[in-house]
Amino acid sequence: MNTVLHVNEKDNLVTCLKAVAKGEKVELDGKTFIANSDIPKFHKMSIATIKKGEHCYKYGEIIGEALEDIKPGDYVHVHNLASTRGRGDIK
Amino acid sequence: MLKISGFRRENGQFGVRNYLLILPTSVCASDTAAKIAAQVPGAIAVPNQHGCCHIGYDLTQTVMTLEGFGKNANVGAVLVVGLGCEGIQAEALADKIRVSGKPVDFIIIQKCGGTLKAISAGVEKAAKMAALLSTQPRVEGDVSDIILGLECGGSDPTSGLASNPAIGYVSDKLVNLGGTSILSETTEVIGAEHLLAARFADEKERAKFLRMVKECEGRAIKLGADLRNGQPTPGNKEGGISTIEEKSLGCMYKAGVSPFQAALEYAEWVPEKKGLYFMDTPGQDIDSITGMVAGGATVIIFSTGRGTPTGSPIAPVIKITGNTDTYNNMIDNIDINAGKIITHGATLKDIGEEAFNLMLEVCQGRLTKAEALGHREFGIYRIGWTF
Repeated sequence: MNTVLHVNEKDNLVTCLKAVAKGEKVELDGKTFIANSDIPKFHKMSIATIKKGEHCYKYGEIIGEALEDIKPGDYVHVHNLASTRGRGDIK
Repeated sequence: MLKISGFRRENGQFGVRNYLLILPTSVCASDTAAKIAAQVPGAIAVPNQHGCCHIGYDLTQTVMTLEGFGKNANVGAVLVVGLGCEGIQAEALADKIRVSGKPVDFIIIQKCGGTLKAISAGVEKAAKMAALLSTQPRVEGDVSDIILGLECGGSDPTSGLASNPAIGYVSDKLVNLGGTSILSETTEVIGAEHLLAARFADEKERAKFLRMVKECEGRAIKLGADLRNGQPTPGNKEGGISTIEEKSLGCMYKAGVSPFQAALEYAEWVPEKKGLYFMDTPGQDIDSITGMVAGGATVIIFSTGRGTPTGSPIAPVIKITGNTDTYNNMIDNIDINAGKIITHGATLKDIGEEAFNLMLEVCQGRLTKAEALGHREFGIYRIGWTF
């Protein structure tokens, strides 16, 4: 079993199929990524540089935008990724 | 030909269960209905929390939900129980259900003269119906008689990777064999609507589908809040789903790749033409399943990542998870482990076939885990105020 699942080649995020510890090396398609923090099982890690405001992709589709600059190996979840839909809180 | 066994109704529809439904028209009659059902074998009462002092389409939709439960082919006979003064009148509801051709009767608590006399009259009628149902043997039906409701709840990232694609396999196979399936949960279409809309051949239906999604998102925006406070849920997020778009893109795999025939309103009766339909329901599981069952679904397949016990009063609910840890943790609730796709190298086809074959067995009488544990969750989706 691979450590991560890269669903679509367009995706800048991958799903960790097991818990990944900070500093752990993650291999994907001949490239090595180093996790910048602990990432829980089935949560997401970045495999690209994503600037604040840029889109995050999974399933080859937009799943939201980066709330801050994201580096390869970063844990990506609600702290740095926001939905662009159903946002009644933004006027 | 793949065969199932069940009950051919007077209107040609095919049920896989044969319940006697005790149907309260309002919250004021619900407790009495439950007391009648408790006395009669095979009788099921649904806990209706509504049915009075609502107006407009909110009232219409509640009537459609109760009427649809009565008409559902898994129900062999119906006893409607009304208080007498409520908005939804027992006799009128009984008349609507009677169109399906099955035995329907009603009692009114105020006319009976109180709880004790209503229970007495209700049990007398219900017992006769139960005896009648007991004489109906299962007969052969075809797999194309199945109306399958597709549901997901307590999702986590494994839902989109394993269990929902497995449900998509089941739905596509059923549709290809001439059956019917229903995708619901409009909230969980937000962010994936462009992909699903492309599968509507009928332009009018596609526009209706897109309007439903837009109106759903509009309701969240109108509340001035971030939808993410409620959707994805705290459990979705703990599991690893970050946004509604991510949740939706995983959810839509339940509908496989088949084309959509039409977009239905909540609890709208599924047309006779077979195929895949969309129904406008909330993402909340119980209200969603209730809407699909009211629309005629006779079996539900339900994927979960976090684990959930949910059943339905009159339809078997098959539970499937993509998360092996969840399967082991809630093994008394979950029928199929699609987590084997992630952890054991099982293929989507392996699990899809396992799920499809279990669905056939369930449509021949085998109880799902939710049924065996007596889970009968019921919830009417309200869209207006109570006055």
